[in-house]
Amino acid sequence: MASNGLWIDIEFCTGCLACEVACRYEHGFAIEEFGIKVVEQVLNGGQTFNFVPIPTDLCDLCVSRTAKGNLKPACVQHCLAQVMEYGKLTDLVKRMEEKPRSTLWSPKPRKADRKPFASAAA
Amino acid sequence: MVTKSKTSETETKIVSSTVWSAGAGCHGGCGVNLHIKDGELVKVEGQESHPYNQGTLCPRALALPEYVHHKDRLMHPLIRRGERGTNTFEQATWEEALDLIQNRMNESRDKYGPESSIFVQGTGRDVGGWLVFLAYNFGSPNWMQALPGNSCYHPRLLSMKVAIGDFVVPDNSQCHVDRYDNSEWKLPECYMIWGQNPVATCNDGNHGHWIIECLKRGSKFIVIDPNYTWLASRAKLWLPIRPGTDGALALGMLNVIISEELYDHKFVEKWTTGFDELRERAKEYPVERVSEITWIDKDLIVEAARMYAKAKPAALQWGVPIDFAPEGFTVAQAINHLWCITGNVENPGGQIVAKPAFGVTSYPMGQDAIEAMYGPMMPKEQQAKRIGVDDFPIVRDLHWRAQPDATIDQMLSGKPYPVKSTFVAGSNFVVAAQDPYRWREAFEGMDFNVVVDLFMTPTAMAIADVVLPSSSFTERDGVRAWWSPLTAQHPALRVGECRSDAEICFELAGRFNKDFQFESLDDLYRFYLKPSGLSLEEVRERNWIMPPQGSDAMPYKRHEKGLLRPDGEPGFNTPSGKIELKSSMMENWSYDPLPFYTEPDYSPVSRPDLVEKYPLILNTGSRTIAFFHSEHRQIKSLRDMNPDPTVELNPETAKEYGIEDKDWIWIENQFGKCKMRVKLSPVHPKIVMAQHSWWFPEKVYEKDYGAYESNVNVLIPGELYSKTGFGGSQVKSLMCQISRVETE
Ligand code: SF4
Ligand code: SF4
Ligand code: SF4
Repeated sequence: MASNGLWIDIEFCTGCLACEVACRYEHGFAIEEFGIKVVEQVLNGGQTFNFVPIPTDLCDLCVSRTAKGNLKPACVQHCLAQVMEYGKLTDLVKRMEEKPRSTLWSPKPRKADRKPFASAAA
Repeated sequence: MVTKSKTSETETKIVSSTVWSAGAGCHGGCGVNLHIKDGELVKVEGQESHPYNQGTLCPRALALPEYVHHKDRLMHPLIRRGERGTNTFEQATWEEALDLIQNRMNESRDKYGPESSIFVQGTGRDVGGWLVFLAYNFGSPNWMQALPGNSCYHPRLLSMKVAIGDFVVPDNSQCHVDRYDNSEWKLPECYMIWGQNPVATCNDGNHGHWIIECLKRGSKFIVIDPNYTWLASRAKLWLPIRPGTDGALALGMLNVIISEELYDHKFVEKWTTGFDELRERAKEYPVERVSEITWIDKDLIVEAARMYAKAKPAALQWGVPIDFAPEGFTVAQAINHLWCITGNVENPGGQIVAKPAFGVTSYPMGQDAIEAMYGPMMPKEQQAKRIGVDDFPIVRDLHWRAQPDATIDQMLSGKPYPVKSTFVAGSNFVVAAQDPYRWREAFEGMDFNVVVDLFMTPTAMAIADVVLPSSSFTERDGVRAWWSPLTAQHPALRVGECRSDAEICFELAGRFNKDFQFESLDDLYRFYLKPSGLSLEEVRERNWIMPPQGSDAMPYKRHEKGLLRPDGEPGFNTPSGKIELKSSMMENWSYDPLPFYTEPDYSPVSRPDLVEKYPLILNTGSRTIAFFHSEHRQIKSLRDMNPDPTVELNPETAKEYGIEDKDWIWIENQFGKCKMRVKLSPVHPKIVMAQHSWWFPEKVYEKDYGAYESNVNVLIPGELYSKTGFGGSQVKSLMCQISRVETE
């Protein structure tokens, strides 16, 4: 059972993409690979204007950093708008209650046995 | 500072340093930890204990390993063997390259005088301090920024200098180590963002996301921008302005604030002069007229003016479109007066005077600073040869660089004296300057051009005789006081034969000046640090040092404490000792001493005859976090964020022209045309908003790397539009037509 997760405040995520790059370098991913991907949401005549970061199944919640104790996940530390938090899902649910327009993720890494586009995503 | 950590296989060395471009391509000073493994930079992290960025970092700094170890980096000096512009460079040793530069530039100096050599930089980040050092040791007063009208911060800087005597920046508690928790600092109640996108850039020494922190903490925002940016979507008020009309808006707001008696009466009375004259001038801009000029609803203008004036405190962040406006100098003056009459100067959460930490100058930001540093090196009569002094009194009395437009004219005409050789560092004007063909032509006419850069650029390719490989900040040492804290840079690795701008300029300065007084770079850094009383070793050891509260680099209320004037008296560092709303210096120079509005030269208002042919307004230079100006196009992590030259169109406009999202379109006007890819966005329907300075490092077989096909600067005329010589290269407000690119 998953116990930890990522909480992200969508109201103030600026779409700066630091999380994507920080994650890539922390894990030594190839440039085409993403542990987290930010999606732009400009809809309803521009009335909705959000950036929504979504962890992929490469996200291991930076276990090698967090296991050491005091290091935050790479994305959480570098996030320019400081809108991400890492912690116990039960605590983060409370963050969602306090702060609407936020999301909570419960990522789990998945080893892919098939890579149909291997040439594009090394 | 170096620490070591054992990882699984090899040891990783961690070097703590401070960003000072090259690399991130910004003006900021983030604290970083550089992870070095087997001599390679493998990862960059933000330093959590650093007050500037508190552990955070942008994608450009995070992607530095790609930049530093990029396969296209210049690794050795190159000397041109064949025709200029034909890529006939051959690898040379440093000795050969430096000897050649020394000989050729000395020849030029002997024959035509030292002033015939000019020293050219791009945007003012780390390299300017080195270029002025080199120029002064060579004996030339002609240090220049490659940008028409000096239109990047300098109109704003100088207009603040004449009004306030110093320049001010918004207070995001950057001078307090404990930042937003500091008890002296106040959260701005209102934050006005004028023509800037803090999400995408850290401009002029300000970290953009400091402003986002204020947003999160509850500041109410006013965003003035023709584009509906993310920040506009989070703002209380959005003022979609017609590009180039900022001066009218500022005067209209001044009028509302003054006529409704919303100004800070006490502050105005005690600390300013010329208020009555400003009141009369502002009356010429009633809100109806301003609404008509700016296309902003008049109630919105009034509401914004009231909101800004009533908020205590109110902060204002402004961007480069103000410099680009026609007569950018006076537009900046009008906006400057907004914070002056509302008492938002030297107050917590308003605007604070920016002064270098501990009085250390690592990059002189004024003629006085240059004179204080290198004064005896250049006699007054030589300084009087700076290009532009005859036509522009501000260049003569205040500014510290050759006026760029006058310089290009002089390079082409040879009058009043010939310009024969150039030393260009960190500038890619063949892509980045307006009317790039004219710039290229001016440099093609030179006897000798040196270009220093990290990558081969269209500019180096087109004009260089010698190319020197420069280094990123991760490879070099240095000290920086811009503004606070005082920081150190540490070399964490070496790449190829690259040398830092500091090393290159220092070496050449020693070769050019027979009375050269410095033994080593460390010697020079010690000279810089003298006013601080700090040793170089201590600064290096501590990495960053915030000056003590109460010193003259630290806010607040320094005008009351006598910390702004050289004579130690209370007041401001202006001729009258007060903030001059009506400028005595401008008056002495026979310029209008009060702010005024001028219409852009190419707009539907000034050129109704062109509307039928060019019905849309062209606004260029919108920023993306992926790049800085012409840089970073070869960094894959960044290019993937913004793969194509992008132009933003309103969906309605696109529909009208039969254009769809991601279509390639032609943008065209009387000066030229270019091809860009559409992104539909909530930009004003009359405005075509294009990214600037595009080239394609991957197009190695095309002339100058395809520098002209998607470069919107070919649509921008090169003439100067400001009487002061400051401001008005109209990259933000032109007229254009668009059409879909039909595929063959
Ligand atoms: S928690 Fe770690 S692995 Fe997951 S997205 Fe963030 S940086 Fe990547
Ligand atoms: S780093 Fe933070 S602000 Fe930037 S895109 Fe990711 S979550 Fe959003
Ligand atoms: S762009 Fe901003 S976040 Fe990035 S290194 Fe520069 S100052 Fe720091």
